[in-house]
Amino acid sequence: MRQARIMMGMPIAVEMRGNESRLEFFDEVFSYFNYVDQKFSTYKNTSEISAINRGELDAGSQSNDMKEVFALSEETKRLTGGYFDITKLNGKIDPSGLVKGWAIFNAANILRSHGVKNFYIEAGGDIEASGFNAEDKPWRIGIENPFRKDGETKTEIVKTIDLSDRGIATSGTYKRGRHIYNPISRSLADDNIVSLTVVGPNVYEADRFATAAFAMGRDGIVFIEKLPGFEGYQIDKNGLAVMTSGFINYI
Amino acid sequence: MKKIFLSSFLIFVFTAHVIHQRITGSNETAVYIAPPAAATATEPAAPLPAVTNSGGYRDGTYTGKIADAYYGSVQVKVTVSDGKISDIQFLDYPHDRNNSVRISAYAMPLLKQEAIQTQKADVDAISGATATSGGFNESLASALAPAKN
Repeated sequence: MRQARIMMGMPIAVEMRGNESRLEFFDEVFSYFNYVDQKFSTYKNTSEISAINRGELDAGSQSNDMKEVFALSEETKRLTGGYFDITKLNGKIDPSGLVKGWAIFNAANILRSHGVKNFYIEAGGDIEASGFNAEDKPWRIGIENPFRKDGETKTEIVKTIDLSDRGIATSGTYKRGRHIYNPISRSLADDNIVSLTVVGPNVYEADRFATAAFAMGRDGIVFIEKLPGFEGYQIDKNGLAVMTSGFINYI
Repeated sequence: MKKIFLSSFLIFVFTAHVIHQRITGSNETAVYIAPPAAATATEPAAPLPAVTNSGGYRDGTYTGKIADAYYGSVQVKVTVSDGKISDIQFLDYPHDRNNSVRISAYAMPLLKQEAIQTQKADVDAISGATATSGGFNESLASALAPAKN
């Protein structure tokens, strides 16, 4: 069974194998995403993160989840040599490069706590894929074509991979180009890379490293290659893709 | 007759020695560089360093052909000092010669490259970067409908 809703400004889909799914599990997962949205959305001035950015909330008064996200962000910043950084150019804090994967991972654990073993949860292009699909095969995941023609609504893919008990995240720019900030050079990163897909042990890990590696430009795929347990697929503006040496295991 | 036999023998010894040098030379690095004879060259380039029979490469910098190495297309710039390969630069896709990823000779296997190819989306789910707050309207249709055709 599958349900999809628009939340956190993005489509969120949950699919569970028939014998394991319950309607209340869907409600619980979407309810959790709503909770995350209310707390972490930088577009909501009632959110906790917005209050923090206005200087209204000191560190001691922050919620446990906010403290956890800040701590994980610090750790990720250290692991990526500063390429992951939730403090933006304007001094505001925006942890969305980590929150999305973190939230999907937590939602997946909600399902696991109910004994659901075969499911996927997808939010904004990041996916946690657990167990197997209805055909008893790993979940078939497509990597989206980063070059979409104007007015084209049908989604095209450029690669198909099979995932079971893995997380996948794709960082990228739109066809029209969204400028990516490089926290190390403190300037706009080069626009050579349009898409970097990372597969890791879970979607939280995949998301944080995809975010960091994308800010590295062409070196991003090299960083992922050196990271044990992670594979990547990087596409440049010419449509040339480079993959890490173990990525072939997923094809 | 004896002269021809001797010449052939010397050529055979030299060739065997050159091959031996190539084999031991390439064992020092973590990458496989296709020998020029096997390369699928698409543009002319400076030749790869000549092997001297004193057991090493001549010092200098050499740009290889765009070779079809084991993992995929690659063009390398090799720096030789003290008769050994001291650095290898992986030059990018030909359209973008200014960018290169500098990798030490002992660090990295070659990464496979390919031109992307669009294909039918017969999948359970899709991973992409466009479905975020700025662009979710575009992917709304594909998100709410089952992804599998």
